[in-house]
Amino acid sequence: MTGNRRQYWLSLGLVLVVATVCYVISAYLGYRVIAFILLLTVSLIAISFDILPVLVSATLSAFIWDFFFIPPRFNFHVGNTDDAILLGMYFVIAMISAVLTYKIRQVENASRKKEEKANTLKLYDTLLNSLSHELRTPIATIIAATDNLQSGNDNLTGENKDELINEISKASLRLNQQVENLLNMSRLESGFIKPKIDWCDVGELVYDITRKIEENGITQKISININPNLPLIKTDKVLLGQSIYNLLNNASLYTRPGSVINIIAVIHVDILQLIIEDNGEGFPSGEIGNVFDKFYRLRYSKAGGTGLGLSIVKGFIEALKGNVRLENIDTGGARFTIEIPCETSYLTVSP
Amino acid sequence: MNKAEILIIDDEEQIRRMLEITLKTNNYGVTEAATGNEGLVMASNHPPDLILLDLGLPDKNGMIILQELREWHTGPIIILSVQNSEEVIIRALDKGANDYLSKPFRTGELLARIRSALRSSIMEESEPIINSKDLQIDLLTRTVRKNDKLVKLTNTEYNLLSLFARNDGKVLTHQYLLRAVWGPGFISQSQYLRVFIAQIRKKIEDDPNRPEHLLTESGVGYRFISTPDSSPIVSRIG
Repeated sequence: MTGNRRQYWLSLGLVLVVATVCYVISAYLGYRVIAFILLLTVSLIAISFDILPVLVSATLSAFIWDFFFIPPRFNFHVGNTDDAILLGMYFVIAMISAVLTYKIRQVENASRKKEEKANTLKLYDTLLNSLSHELRTPIATIIAATDNLQSGNDNLTGENKDELINEISKASLRLNQQVENLLNMSRLESGFIKPKIDWCDVGELVYDITRKIEENGITQKISININPNLPLIKTDKVLLGQSIYNLLNNASLYTRPGSVINIIAVIHVDILQLIIEDNGEGFPSGEIGNVFDKFYRLRYSKAGGTGLGLSIVKGFIEALKGNVRLENIDTGGARFTIEIPCETSYLTVSP
Repeated sequence: MNKAEILIIDDEEQIRRMLEITLKTNNYGVTEAATGNEGLVMASNHPPDLILLDLGLPDKNGMIILQELREWHTGPIIILSVQNSEEVIIRALDKGANDYLSKPFRTGELLARIRSALRSSIMEESEPIINSKDLQIDLLTRTVRKNDKLVKLTNTEYNLLSLFARNDGKVLTHQYLLRAVWGPGFISQSQYLRVFIAQIRKKIEDDPNRPEHLLTESGVGYRFISTPDSSPIVSRIG
């Protein structure tokens, strides 16, 4: 609504400004040239504004031309037949140019929407495929395991039962992780991610996330290298935390048991640099450019994963106006580097 | 001692069933309500020791139920909800919830929160000395000891820590803490809070990076947890 009102003001203003300039130099220009200048102005307005403001400015410019420029000037009277025809044509051409431009824009919009729809459909297809696998596998595990436990089969040993219960627990954690990813992705897609910026202790955040990952029962060792006197930074700790979580989760899923995951955080002036690296096998160099794409999965990747985790990291970090990149380490392993611009505070308390 | 009675207000039958089994096998008495209004009636007829309240109820928004309960019910209320945004959590705590757990949660975590909420509701300011493992906070003499050694705290650090200790187990939001310790003009100055928390942790935690007493509730606030079970120092009377 307000955008529309702005269009009226802008287009009318433009017509008035051009008309005023023409008026000032009208001694040096024929009034018919001025008609073309005004027509050009209306056509330019038509390129980017809605139809109604354009029609209004077309009408206004016709009246202005008639009143101020067609002799006899300063009344609406038109002196000769030529000018009367010209004025009529001026009006018609202004209208045609307004309507035509509007129609062209409509067609463009429609075809763009069609293309977007096709892209969305393709994405949904990929999503459905990976989702049906990622959600059904743990659900199938849970159903099968509970069926087994309920069967009253005497051959089930206590050890078997523990194993089945353990499988149910693992499957439900995996299910939860996927739902979390999906919810985060839909938040990103909807464009409703508004970072909530507040002071954040990066060290505290990293230890917190590490504890969560360790509670999942991972087989890798996480080592944290963060200076305890690192200043506070201003950022959204939920978005940053989820990004760290996804990177750690990724490393824990795709490196061998016993591997080491290293977390390093440093602050260069007003940029937080956070590095998460492992000593696993790294990524195939040809695919490094694609890993942050939505639904992208490595070609020879083991089963599991929806290709959402890393794209969420990219989306969240970009929402914080930062960037994330991936490289392979010469000695083996992958290194993710997050960089976020942020205000820092070296506030300390005297003891 | 009588079993503590817990009222579950949740419309999902599966969740109620799971909670009932969990709580009964851990020696709590359980009553259940499937709607908000039913829950309000049950709570007023037989005031429970603790209420587990879901926010997504079919008949009434759980936040409103919470508000209505708080008009007369002083016992602990723990929110169990699928909503996990900080805004919702902070709002629920501001409206008087003692704690907030987002679904899905781990059973051990739920039991720990229930224990600590029940404990603090029994204590209610009556206990001048708070013991937690290696830590002892004496609210009368304003002294804090760790491993029997006096801990030197600044005034603000002590005020903050004693506020936590008096609200054992309860999440205190950033805003609440800033207002209570520094005054209403400081509620946006959360960096003060973070610095002081870090200072206190350095003095009372074995490993400030993996705190045991003063825990972070990410984006919401902090919580002090005392673990008197392992306290060897004082045996309580009564």
